[in-house]
Amino acid sequence: MRPPVTGEAIEVNDLTKKFGKFTAVDGVSFAVHRGEIFGFLGANGAGKSTTIRMLCGLLPPTGGTARVAGFDIRTQPEEVKRSIGYMSQRFSLYDDLTVEQNIRFYGGIYGLDAGAIERRKEWVVTMADLRGRERSLTGTLSGGWKQRLALGCAILHEPRIVFLDEPTGGVDPVSRRNFWELINTLSGEGITVLVTTHFLDEAEYCNHIILINAGKLIASGSPSELKRSHITQPILEVRLGGGAIVEALETVRASSWALETSVFGTSLHVMVADEREGARLITSALAAAGIPTSRIERIVPSLEDVFLYLLDRQEAPPPAGGAA
Amino acid sequence: MGQAVVTDGLSRSFGGVRAVDRLSLSIAEGEMFGLVGPDGAGKTTTIRLLCGILAPGGGTATVLGHDIARESDAVKREIGYLSQRFTLYGDLTVDENIEFFAEINRVYDYRARREELLEFTRLTPFRKRLAEKLSGGMKQKLALACTLVHEPRLIFLDEPTTGVDPVSRRDFWRILQALLHRGITIVMTTPYLDEAERCTRVGLMNRGALMRVDTPAALKSLMQGEILEFVCDRVRDASAILRTVPAAREVQAFGDRVHVVVDSAAARRRDLVAALEREGVRVAGERRIEPSLENVFISLLGARGAPGGTP
Repeated sequence: MRPPVTGEAIEVNDLTKKFGKFTAVDGVSFAVHRGEIFGFLGANGAGKSTTIRMLCGLLPPTGGTARVAGFDIRTQPEEVKRSIGYMSQRFSLYDDLTVEQNIRFYGGIYGLDAGAIERRKEWVVTMADLRGRERSLTGTLSGGWKQRLALGCAILHEPRIVFLDEPTGGVDPVSRRNFWELINTLSGEGITVLVTTHFLDEAEYCNHIILINAGKLIASGSPSELKRSHITQPILEVRLGGGAIVEALETVRASSWALETSVFGTSLHVMVADEREGARLITSALAAAGIPTSRIERIVPSLEDVFLYLLDRQEAPPPAGGAA
Repeated sequence: MGQAVVTDGLSRSFGGVRAVDRLSLSIAEGEMFGLVGPDGAGKTTTIRLLCGILAPGGGTATVLGHDIARESDAVKREIGYLSQRFTLYGDLTVDENIEFFAEINRVYDYRARREELLEFTRLTPFRKRLAEKLSGGMKQKLALACTLVHEPRLIFLDEPTTGVDPVSRRDFWRILQALLHRGITIVMTTPYLDEAERCTRVGLMNRGALMRVDTPAALKSLMQGEILEFVCDRVRDASAILRTVPAAREVQAFGDRVHVVVDSAAARRRDLVAALEREGVRVAGERRIEPSLENVFISLLGARGAPGGTP
């Protein structure tokens, strides 16, 4: 069945899921445009996995509606499942099968015929840069190659929407960068990508991000919008003249004007109410403690800063983790 | 301050592959030292050599003054090691796990230490919970507590935050900072370069060899060229356009902006903006940005080099 050609790739309206008395997803609404790379962020237990499972047609909602590729997740879950691809770091490739055996295996699961499997095999091998390694055992590939093979297998059936669930856990920086270039190419071909990640530097690759906490949507915007609109107080990076980082941290933390202080290598990041006044207070407090500063400048908050800031302002976030 | 770790030409091969290749390195007491590199760079093998678990094939190393080949028992006794495969006992409680690790480390009078570790990792309210019922972040804190039970002065952490969410990660880093404050030396590996920025010094490894060792700030000064950031619409088109400009050495597309490496930001910015605007891309903002450790790392390795490191 062909999905309708108009409308958003994913439309979510007031989606709710309760398990007994516990509300895992609480009235969440958002829309994902066609071809967008959309980041879905939240700490463990925030309701991310539950939402993803509903959007994949694996779990019926308690309330609200969602359409994925035009299909209603409540009444057309089978059509939803056929229209999407799903990949996670736990996506199971068989290590003791070769690259092409894995591709054929997944092609079979998706019900592709022999011709389609061969055609898609060629596509995956090119896309994942696995030419010449078709007969290698999957277990002998490096993390980066395995990950791209996993992505290829997840989209063998040419879905218009792909869910990436923590796709790059434990993968090195070079491979991660190549992986995102690939995702960018797919999105350029009109494929919609919805990604969850714990690594907020990865969320920078998303066109749009939403953040959920305790089942509720708490922020939505592009990476730049999120950085601009939430943290209004300046964050100053303080480079020290010499070592003494621990003493510097204690000195600044003991003050009344440092709103948030953390150590980055041999520098401190300090959130203050006012840039100029803050810099003056830091310099004099550290000088009084005998610690010279070599440079103080305002930095743009990272998405991680924004994320943690927003979560801290929510009342009673779940204790480090909690139920999924 | 003394040296916690000193290696001289440390090497180890597996079959014909040099997993660690003539590594010479000193780590002072009280440092938080980060080893970073692609998969297969030799980070974990280095840690295992320094923990006295794996015998070196060549070269020497001393850890807390003990030779890792001749005095590996003393090394193992005096350090803590949190491996990637560190296993808690899921069917034991938090309390029982700490007790178990205390006993195998021959710490018989562990009760006061356990209270201290639970307090320190903020696991006291969960002490009666089975380890298998803990969240990923809490498991990681419990594993760290078990690693610290015998009061090591030096701990090795192999990718301690992989798969841990940002809130738990911040928690974990706060604990590490507190350890550092108590004078404990920390040597860790991480695939995440934003994490490496938190270390006092960083060693970049590739193919078994140590490419560079320095503070994050000094490593960033190695960056060849400067980085310009353009916040714009049609990011994908923008990066394709910029790739056709000869002055653009490297182009990286993000969700709502593009980073371009050039020899001089001041000299090139006008040409790049003009190239974008000629094709109708709307540039909402542009500025020069400081390189991250990831930029440096990629420029040292060559972004287009072997994808995924060693096959």
